Amino acid sequence: MSEKKTNRRDFLFTATYAVGAVGVGATIWPMIDQMNPDASVKALASTEVDVSAVNPGKTITVLWRGKPIFIRRRTQDEIAEARSVKLEDLKHPEKDEDRAVNPEWLVMLGVCTHLGCVPLDQKGEYNGWFCPCHGSHYDISGRIRKGPAPTNMEIPKYEFVNANTIKIG
Amino acid sequence: MSDHEYTPKSKFGKWFNDRLPLLTLANHLTDYPTPKNLNYWWTFGGILTFCLITQIVTGLVLAMHYIAHADMAFDSVEHIMRDVNYGWLIRYIHANGASMFFLAVYIHIFRSLFYGSYKAPREIIWIIGIIIYLLMMAAAFLGYVLPWGQMSFWGATVITNLFSAIPLVGEGIVTWLWGGYSVDNPTLTRFFTLHYLIPFLILGLVVLHIWALHVPGNNNPVGIDIKKPSKDTVPFHPYIVIKDGFALLMFMIVFAFFVFYTPNILGHADNYIEANPLVTPAHIVPEWYLLPFYAILRSVPDKLLGVVAMLSAILILAALPWLDTSKIRSAVFRPLYRQFYWILVADVLILGYVGAMPAEGLYLLVARVATAYYFLHFLVILPVLGWKEKTLPIPLSITEPILGGSPNLATAKNKESLNK
Repeated sequence: MSEKKTNRRDFLFTATYAVGAVGVGATIWPMIDQMNPDASVKALASTEVDVSAVNPGKTITVLWRGKPIFIRRRTQDEIAEARSVKLEDLKHPEKDEDRAVNPEWLVMLGVCTHLGCVPLDQKGEYNGWFCPCHGSHYDISGRIRKGPAPTNMEIPKYEFVNANTIKIG
Repeated sequence: MSDHEYTPKSKFGKWFNDRLPLLTLANHLTDYPTPKNLNYWWTFGGILTFCLITQIVTGLVLAMHYIAHADMAFDSVEHIMRDVNYGWLIRYIHANGASMFFLAVYIHIFRSLFYGSYKAPREIIWIIGIIIYLLMMAAAFLGYVLPWGQMSFWGATVITNLFSAIPLVGEGIVTWLWGGYSVDNPTLTRFFTLHYLIPFLILGLVVLHIWALHVPGNNNPVGIDIKKPSKDTVPFHPYIVIKDGFALLMFMIVFAFFVFYTPNILGHADNYIEANPLVTPAHIVPEWYLLPFYAILRSVPDKLLGVVAMLSAILILAALPWLDTSKIRSAVFRPLYRQFYWILVADVLILGYVGAMPAEGLYLLVARVATAYYFLHFLVILPVLGWKEKTLPIPLSITEPILGGSPNLATAKNKESLNK
């Protein structure tokens, strides 16, 4: 067996398998990729919201990419509370300053990072949100404090177009 | 296939059978030698076949009236219930049929656990069965999403999010499954397609399951190998056909009770509210047949480990033929295993109960203990029991304890030598 050398036929086999594998892959990929978000879904990627009617201490929920976005206008007490939390007490340490650049406004994806339920406003042990599905507690900055969720609620990309309008996405 | 050669009587039959041996197959199925001591726990194979066919036929009819679109699905289900001739009946049979299917499959699985039907040489039958069970769960979940009610929507959200626990690629997989950034119309249409496909995959696997069964033949309550055909067997037709038929009638009475008297008791009222992506129902629970696994998921405080524990709880069953080290099949001759078996049954029922309750306080504690015991049973108790347990003597044949007068091996052997 040791004296068996590679010959032209071995080369042809290997080349055929290689080209065949690429061909099969190129055929299968469209079948897989067709399930990814299509152009019409991606086209709905940004939403503008008028927040002039939101009073301090109130939250509005808007739909963005089929998911709820919580926009909360926080009171001074709530801002103070969110900013006084020590980072070492957090499961997923993030400063409130980084989560709410404009401290009065908290804009976040209203989706529990555990299994995707919508948490309830002003509930739970940390004065923020509580997910009824599997019992995750979030604070007034949307940070996970207790329960199975692994991370804080996500902050989407957003900007203030003017003082009263937020553009999400 | 059968040991004896089969020749059709008619000339045409012979001509046809030489070209496609369907008649040989039919003959094999009617004459198939079956242990004569099979009890009613063995009738659930036939009952399950009935359930599968019922689901396929009713599902086919429902698909003629259902519209798989996020804006119309909920209304089309109500249209089926109110306008379509006998639509209410067909939908209630299909919805309760899923529950009946799982009821029967759980009895079928626990029968195998009691009588050691998964042991050599029946491992492949068992593993195919576990794959069928997994596909059944997938089909049931996908089907539950189709009416597009609140439980449909949030159940779909929670279950698809299980994949987000996978490190690195998890989020990408979830987006891919959804076809968007949340459960929405693209999700619904693909779920409908897959829900339509899976029953036929199951049907194919059922054929393999029965084929694999017909190689060694049925296990039996005594759990010993028997000679086929012999005094220990009866032909499948008419003996087993009649027994299966009677059991099926009894089963259909239970089925009909649910369909006609309490068609919604196994469902959730929340699913008669149309899906709303902004409001999560206060208490999300899966259908009853998934509750034990749901309890295992929730009993682990870490997201990824919770998902791993839940999947392991199902997949561990596939390894059962190698985890159970005992050579004796039937629990009838395993006094210790018999007790652990009933503890396992209780454990799974407890898991099912706490799975329906909120995951807090005492319920959570009970769920954790029951989860730990579930894995302990398969990973520790079963392997150790195989070495330590002192089993009872098994009879030489099914007939022997009756004719020989004693199930005791030594006594029977004595008698045999006396007879000589």
